[in-house]
Amino acid sequence: MKRALYATYTVWLRDLLRFRRDRTQLLGSLARPTLWLLFLGVGMGPVFRSEANVPYMHFIFPGIIAMNLIFASFLSAISIIWDREFGFLKEILVAPISRSAIAFGKAASGSTIAVLQGLVVVAFAPIVQIPMNLTALLLLVPSMFVIAFTTTSMGIVIASRMTSFEGFGTIANFVIMPMFFLSGALFPLEEVPLWLKVLAHLNPLTYGVDQLRWILFGVHHFPIALDFFFNLLFSGLTLVLAIAMFRRSPA
Amino acid sequence: MAIIQVQNLVKTFGSIHAVRGATFQVEEGELFGFLGPNGAGKTTTINVLCTLLLPTGGKAVVAGYDVVRQPKEVRQSIGIIFQDPSLDERLTAMENLRFHAMLYGLSWKNLSGRVEMFLDMVGLSGRRNDLVKTFSGGMKRRLEIIRGLLHSPKVLFLDEPTLGLDPQSRRHIWGYIRDLREREGLTLFMTTHYMEEADQCTRVAIMDQGKIVALNTPASFKETLGLPTMDDVFLKLTGREIREEEASGRDQLRDLHRKWTGRRQ
Repeated sequence: MKRALYATYTVWLRDLLRFRRDRTQLLGSLARPTLWLLFLGVGMGPVFRSEANVPYMHFIFPGIIAMNLIFASFLSAISIIWDREFGFLKEILVAPISRSAIAFGKAASGSTIAVLQGLVVVAFAPIVQIPMNLTALLLLVPSMFVIAFTTTSMGIVIASRMTSFEGFGTIANFVIMPMFFLSGALFPLEEVPLWLKVLAHLNPLTYGVDQLRWILFGVHHFPIALDFFFNLLFSGLTLVLAIAMFRRSPA
Repeated sequence: MAIIQVQNLVKTFGSIHAVRGATFQVEEGELFGFLGPNGAGKTTTINVLCTLLLPTGGKAVVAGYDVVRQPKEVRQSIGIIFQDPSLDERLTAMENLRFHAMLYGLSWKNLSGRVEMFLDMVGLSGRRNDLVKTFSGGMKRRLEIIRGLLHSPKVLFLDEPTLGLDPQSRRHIWGYIRDLREREGLTLFMTTHYMEEADQCTRVAIMDQGKIVALNTPASFKETLGLPTMDDVFLKLTGREIREEEASGRDQLRDLHRKWTGRRQ
């Protein structure tokens, strides 16, 4: 057990070391929220305000955090394809450690990197006049980790089967975009038609965005205990699936 | 006691029979050459022996452990230099070694003497903190060899270790291989297409179409067949026809198959 955790830590540490060296990833995590907050937040602001009495910038803020989280976490799994392509995966697979430990390490590193990128958005809070205190921050970090864990694991599931970068990129778009749009990140779920409501309820990210919104503003759509429960449940289930798929993944 | 025992090993990928009943043994301390035309099943055999693939049939025991039932023990006892590079190019040489140590559960502190000695041996001491992507092909190979030895394996598998290297690098690598065999009492199992390398082996097995067609010392091979070089021996035993076409078709099918089936199929 101790050995397995150490192996997980090794995989995690390597990915973080690589992330630290790769500045472009951080740049992307800075550019994405800037664009969304600036253009969508400012542009949609007047329309939204007259209806809901909440600044639109504040409404979408948790969603923008979630967007950075799912982009970073889902795409982090591409490192598996990368490692397979460049041979390093074999070095890991012939080591005397279990594949479960490797998959778990990948899920942990992807989620950690996603949290760092989520924090980039959080740093925008004072600029858009969202009050931030230590309690909120202490709740945000683990919540972001759990939310990112689900999408990282989903990415691992796909990357375990995919052998090409292009294929993964295509699928990533088909996963990330609908998840984001159907999560209640951009519009409230109260007034949408039934079909959209149903899809939103099936989307793991919906509960993530709801939880973040509760932490930041005390506003929520579902009972908050349900949010916490579903977010943990989804991350657990997807991890199990990720491990199962990675165990069957080609060398 | 043989350190590698392979008995009637079979490995199929769907309808493709990569290994069809291979039987051989390697004694401790040998430098065992594993030869054969492209697509003969050499790499598949190595992948089974190092637990990356599950055999379809037969039995293989490495360093006293069964490759199917005790994969972790096998992995701890072997080192592998793959045909294709397997370094993390975005890490430095030292970081690659360090992560290897971590993956094998070794204390980095206790290893420092060994790491220094190895780096000196392959002439990479001065480049230890450089990113691997700045290394030449020969330097990468040298780093992979010492990385594969860090955890003191009993058997080192080398899948065409000198492929694509210049004569200088090849000569150096052969120097280390001989050195290590003497110093560490290591058993070496290597595939190669260079017949002058096969000449240096204690024994040579020749595989063709998934079977071991002959196994002998290089000297006996030449003597019994009455041929001057291993090159002639090889051609005599495996024919002159080129296998490239078949091999690449096979590889394609294998890749396709891999995509749709489980790991260690």
